[in-house]
Amino acid sequence: MKKTHIIYTGLLMMLCFIAQAQTQKGTVLIKNATVLTVTNGTLENTDVLVENGIIKRIGSNLTASNVETIDASGKYLMPGIIDAHSHVALDAVNEATSPITSEVKMADVVNPYDIGIYRALAGGVTISHAMHGSANAIGGENITLKHRYGSGNPENLFMKEAPRTIKFALGENPTRVHGRGNGNQPRTRMGVEAVIRNGFNEAIQYQKAWKAYEDAKKVKGATPIPPKYDTRLQTLADILDGKVIIHCHSYRADEIYALINTCREFGITNIVFSHVNEGFKVAPELAEYTMGASVFADWWAYKFEVYYSTAYNAAILTENGVITSINSDSGELIRHLYHEAGKAQRYGELDDEQTLALITINPAKQLGIADKVGSIEEGKQADLVIFNEHPLSVYAIPQMTFVDGVKYFDINDDNDDMRLKVSAAETVEPIFLKEHDHKCMHGVDFFFTNFGRNLFDHSH
Amino acid sequence: MKELNMKKTYKILYTLALLVLPFMAQAQFDGEFIKPRNGKFLLQNATIVTVTNGTIENGSVLIENGKIVRVGTNVPAGDAEVLDCSGHYIYPGMFDGGSRLGLVEVNSLAETQDFAEIGSVSPNMQALVAVNPNSIAIPVTRVSGVTTTLAVPSGGLFPGTAALINLNGYTPDQMYAGFKGVVMNFPSSARRSTWDRRSDEDIKKEADTAQKTLNEIWERASNYHKLKSAGAELQFYPEMDQLAKVISGELPLLVEVNAASDIEAAIDWIKSKEVKAILTGVAEGWRVAEKIAEANLPVVVGPMLSIPTRQSDRFDAAYSNPGKMAKAGVKVVIRTNDAENTRNLPFNAGFAAAYGMGKEEALKSVTIYAAEVFGVADKLGSIEEGKDATLFVSTGDPFETKTQIRHVFIDGYRVPMSNRHIKLYQEFLERSPGLEKN
Repeated sequence: MKKTHIIYTGLLMMLCFIAQAQTQKGTVLIKNATVLTVTNGTLENTDVLVENGIIKRIGSNLTASNVETIDASGKYLMPGIIDAHSHVALDAVNEATSPITSEVKMADVVNPYDIGIYRALAGGVTISHAMHGSANAIGGENITLKHRYGSGNPENLFMKEAPRTIKFALGENPTRVHGRGNGNQPRTRMGVEAVIRNGFNEAIQYQKAWKAYEDAKKVKGATPIPPKYDTRLQTLADILDGKVIIHCHSYRADEIYALINTCREFGITNIVFSHVNEGFKVAPELAEYTMGASVFADWWAYKFEVYYSTAYNAAILTENGVITSINSDSGELIRHLYHEAGKAQRYGELDDEQTLALITINPAKQLGIADKVGSIEEGKQADLVIFNEHPLSVYAIPQMTFVDGVKYFDINDDNDDMRLKVSAAETVEPIFLKEHDHKCMHGVDFFFTNFGRNLFDHSH
Repeated sequence: MKELNMKKTYKILYTLALLVLPFMAQAQFDGEFIKPRNGKFLLQNATIVTVTNGTIENGSVLIENGKIVRVGTNVPAGDAEVLDCSGHYIYPGMFDGGSRLGLVEVNSLAETQDFAEIGSVSPNMQALVAVNPNSIAIPVTRVSGVTTTLAVPSGGLFPGTAALINLNGYTPDQMYAGFKGVVMNFPSSARRSTWDRRSDEDIKKEADTAQKTLNEIWERASNYHKLKSAGAELQFYPEMDQLAKVISGELPLLVEVNAASDIEAAIDWIKSKEVKAILTGVAEGWRVAEKIAEANLPVVVGPMLSIPTRQSDRFDAAYSNPGKMAKAGVKVVIRTNDAENTRNLPFNAGFAAAYGMGKEEALKSVTIYAAEVFGVADKLGSIEEGKDATLFVSTGDPFETKTQIRHVFIDGYRVPMSNRHIKLYQEFLERSPGLEKN
């Protein structure tokens, strides 16, 4: 009796899980748009039919009965914008307690109520890569989010099809927090390289121990004792096995080059460099050995390691064949990534398609989801944005944003207060003069007091 | 593929032309530095956007002795160096109404921060003194067509005296553009950023204390001014001396204020003290736009590219703020409040234009309105004969990211269209050696 009860409960729980995992999928017909497919050029006066969250057909004179039809005459339709480096919708960012914290997961701290998600949607962003901060050489696992704003269940925001990714960080941030802040390795770029190398070597030992155990088990009658399970090392082992994509916070060419060498030595090819302000100096290496670079359009000089930057970074990387994306790392910038991408035309004169790729198909490739999103193609998920003007114009205003064919932003239905939840403790609504943009060092402010400097500003 | 090759070919031709041009002008040697130079220049066959007198098609601008001497359709070149601007546009140089450009080199390094002096009351601190004419960020900024910025000190109640600078020159005096104003941070009921974790009570207590201090200091400054103008011999008191200049009307007060209720309080305060004031920041100006217009106070607003001040606000609250104030009749100037990325000023103006301000008004706000508010409209802010030759030539609308800026003139000096960002591009676009050496 008791056993069946347990089984029954288990089944019920599974059913609940399946029910929860079902997110809303939309059906819609968008007519007469200028479609910026990103991968197949620009299609004038074109219709896009979405069924159950998937782009079903792209063509002219498409019809469908009992389907919401949107006239997009004179407007531009582009794929939902993808931000490969964000901290939107996270309640915590840094587990700054050890140079390696590969055991923590950002999936555990997703806040589905963050108004930042809606503001990102209002800027046409449908997917963001919610990342651990840059305090540790090896941080936690990130989570790729689809901006399904409105649900109170964090899991409904997860893009379950996305592969696992992990945050690494080089340079000033890990050396400041651990070396200068706590007196632990790493204090230099030598130390950062060693911490990562030692981590990988330990993971190899760990893999060997498990292999030995599995082999010993095969011997008839043997009763070997399994090694102690260690999430931190297991995650590093998964990186070595190519199951996890590294997204590495980095700035200087020397540190980027050093990690490329380390990865090559350990046979790791799934690595994307993030920020990577001096990536342009090692563009041929990035093109040859990595999954590319995710950069800022023009941020520089906020700290010493970004003093020798150039706003032409995205253009140099692109022209050298590096898969390049432009990310926000900011609750402010995420609202206008189309404009950030546009700056790659001021600085280096990339053409429209190359420029749009910076915020669509290229970040999709870097997150391992390019077969599902990042362009307007039949069979892909219907993450779409309608703009009133060409999205690379400074005068462009997003009109509607769809995730899985469901409309989550409509400028004509944009109420004054789009919060999902208001804190019961709030009597007077606070007024914030600015968003703290550079969130990479969020949660490690207690380290700053050691240095007598105002590192709150531009601590990214 | 064909298009790509064509593009590459153009790029090579363009690079070759760039390489050959200097040799034609004057013999140059490897590694020679191109300096800003003045002289007599004729910018020919451009569309001239004068801002104050409409647009002139196929027009020319003659520059001599640092001034615009002729603007028109048939201007003879004489002995002037001719720059063919066919298909291009001429605009007056753009103003950033509030920036740290020149006052800081690397934001996180205290050794390079010269915008915030110790003490809450230091109106006598002169930003102009701390402007570094050789800051790497200055040439990075001016190639965007931003030629004139207000260097603003920050921190405390009276952080210092801001100064308007042109972005060319080797001493602060060569850069000085003719306007100074004393900065005042009006007591604030808002949080500095989303990381400001003070309690509501603490914020109120701090604002009340600041208000009390402000009034006490102002009374002292008024007495100082009264005694001094009555001819009294006073002990040296540099802070009061500087504030007395505001009381006498010699210098305006730049009142930094953002929350709606604070703006209202600041308007009352300004009225009661009868000072000449400019409101700056004004993030929630749209909430009280009518009141600002009624008080006839100009505003320096920005950056537009910032989040709404309240979570309940529409996503575009900051983008649409300048447009709403302009519609209410407020004279609006735009600022970035940035340092190294002051070059984004035109894009801030572009967002303001898109979200309700309109292109024409946005252009005025970064040119002639700024010149008027800072009292330098006799010299700057439009393309007019007799004004300073501070202007730029572009391939199109300077607010659009796609547009390229081709030439920049500041005070008649043709500044090199180069900076560290561009040099790194030239060095690394096709690195040599590439992946393999040999």
